[in-house]
Amino acid sequence: MRGVTLELEPGEIVGIVGHNGSGKSTLLRVVSTALRPSAGEGWVHGQHLVRDAIEVRRHIGFMAHAPGLYEDLTATENLQFAARMFGIAESGIEAAIDRVGLAQSRNERVRGFSAGMQRRLALARLILGTPSLLLLDEPYNNFDPQGIELVNEVIEDARRGGGSALVVLHDRRQGERVLDRVIELGRGVVIGTSPGSRPLTLVSTVGLPH
Amino acid sequence: MTERRSKAGFNAVAFLGVLILLLFGFALGPDTEALRNAAAGALWLAILFAGVLAFNRSYQLELDGAALEPLLLYPAPRWTIFAGKFLANLLFVLLLEVVVVPVAIILFQVTSVAGWIPASGVMLLGSIGFVALGTFYASMASRSRAREVLLPLLLFPMLIPVLLASSEATSALLAGNPMQDAGAWVKLLVAFDVIFLVASFLAFDHVIEV
Repeated sequence: MRGVTLELEPGEIVGIVGHNGSGKSTLLRVVSTALRPSAGEGWVHGQHLVRDAIEVRRHIGFMAHAPGLYEDLTATENLQFAARMFGIAESGIEAAIDRVGLAQSRNERVRGFSAGMQRRLALARLILGTPSLLLLDEPYNNFDPQGIELVNEVIEDARRGGGSALVVLHDRRQGERVLDRVIELGRGVVIGTSPGSRPLTLVSTVGLPH
Repeated sequence: MTERRSKAGFNAVAFLGVLILLLFGFALGPDTEALRNAAAGALWLAILFAGVLAFNRSYQLELDGAALEPLLLYPAPRWTIFAGKFLANLLFVLLLEVVVVPVAIILFQVTSVAGWIPASGVMLLGSIGFVALGTFYASMASRSRAREVLLPLLLFPMLIPVLLASSEATSALLAGNPMQDAGAWVKLLVAFDVIFLVASFLAFDHVIEV
């Protein structure tokens, strides 16, 4: 990525679109702290992406393209592991599983889940930590219409709670119901923005608001 | 939990360890003296060869479900992931030793009970160094498609001091030599363990980045 500057206000939902290899997922992974930027800086709630990476991770909920689950564990066990790693109470696990419609499969191993069910469980893990910044990489993939509605509800809930979201999409129409504005990336640079709350400027940092 | 549930990994590794000892036994022939002299070296080679399979599996659970990235994004220092993998692998290797040592005692006719007691301390020290390096290199090789080949190529040259010190110290103790014969090798093992444990903990953050 080169010269991409981005600010998210509380409650703002921003879509990132672009062709394959345009840098959408890379941008998301830099903001998530999974990747260290070779240049530029970023902050989440005033925490520096590199220096305060552990603190940043407390605020973010990252849903990658792949669900990232332990296949030999059950749905409940996967969320128990996540709760322990986040240092949060396990009391919300049942509600999270119910919310994503996996109540009947809570004690089944993930290995037997369909792709859509795995995505639902990844969504349950996301809402378990009640993050204030959602980073969603193609969140509508493998979802049926009810699943797509569920993703939109999760995003809207985050907005209502004062949270923000960066949503990577192949097709901007997928998220048109929830997106406040859209940024188009091409080969790692911003090549277009939708009409929105503010235009993007091109400088050499990736920044998120304090 | 998944390892305990499947058990297939440990059974295969333990079987390989026993098989290697049997092959050494056949290769050395029925000469009791030759068998006793080779016991420590054969035992350590069996542990090293079988243990490498365990290290290759140590990131397999995350790789199967693309769960490495979520693991890295939990709000905890990354050295804690290395600590968890190290302790799990150490337990795995110690359990392997519980299986292969009795086989070595019977096969190589090393019946000195007095020698095996201090030798178990040497085995613990040797295992710590072996597992520290193995876990570290497994994290480096985990993203490579050729990791099954890459890991032994990276690991075995680095393990020569551990193999030498462990087998010499074990051999001296089993032969009933006074501790001063094994003392220098034990000091080397302790130094190796400290250096590579500290280095692995410090460097893990940089090699595991997705």
